[in-house]
Amino acid sequence: MGEAFKPGCRPPVAVNKAETDEKPVLQAQENANASERRETMVKVGKPAPDFTLNAFHKGEFKQYSLSEFKGKWVLLCFYPGDFTFV
Amino acid sequence: MGIEILSVSVDSIYTHKMWNEHELSKMVDGGVPFPMLSDAGGKVGTLYGVYDEEAGVENRGRFIIDPDGIVQGFEVLTPPVGRNIEESIRQYKAFQLVREAKGTKATPAEWNPGDPVLEPGPDLVGNVWKVWSPKKK
Repeated sequence: MGEAFKPGCRPPVAVNKAETDEKPVLQAQENANASERRETMVKVGKPAPDFTLNAFHKGEFKQYSLSEFKGKWVLLCFYPGDFTFV
Repeated sequence: MGIEILSVSVDSIYTHKMWNEHELSKMVDGGVPFPMLSDAGGKVGTLYGVYDEEAGVENRGRFIIDPDGIVQGFEVLTPPVGRNIEESIRQYKAFQLVREAKGTKATPAEWNPGDPVLEPGPDLVGNVWKVWSPKKK
């Protein structure tokens, strides 16, 4: 699961791609007004938007896409920041 | 337990590495067992409705996604209050049971793994009180 990579001098943030079935969401968000943004909101009973992100996992830098986890249950947890208190 | 955990914040993968090495590995034997994803800029967080643009960070959002990629449940908290993993596990076990039963079973309010489950149908209408009471616990 996840593809390992070696980071170069450029910060490895370029991946950071998030997409839905219909249209490139990043672009949609850039010129989004409030109502367009609401369309991209996650709803229960609906597909979770796919994304690809860089990650740290057990000593390695890897890239993960949510779609790799089809066939498995996933608990996706967002949190405000490393080294914070809660 | 049969569920893949992915954590996400706007921190870089380098910060994730340092946090794991300097703090988390001292709290959990062997360090963080799941991938720590970096959502610099909060684009994925925005997509999931958890990114706070003013603060530049992601709120405490937790999404349960089933094997078909469908969001079955989520909870979002503002930063000062931490979550309760027991409740996430309870919900996951309930969703798993319901999925395996292909819609023939349901778990009532206050249900916990091991408790009786409901089998919705005409006979159960008006009779849930006979088979389930949250107070029985």
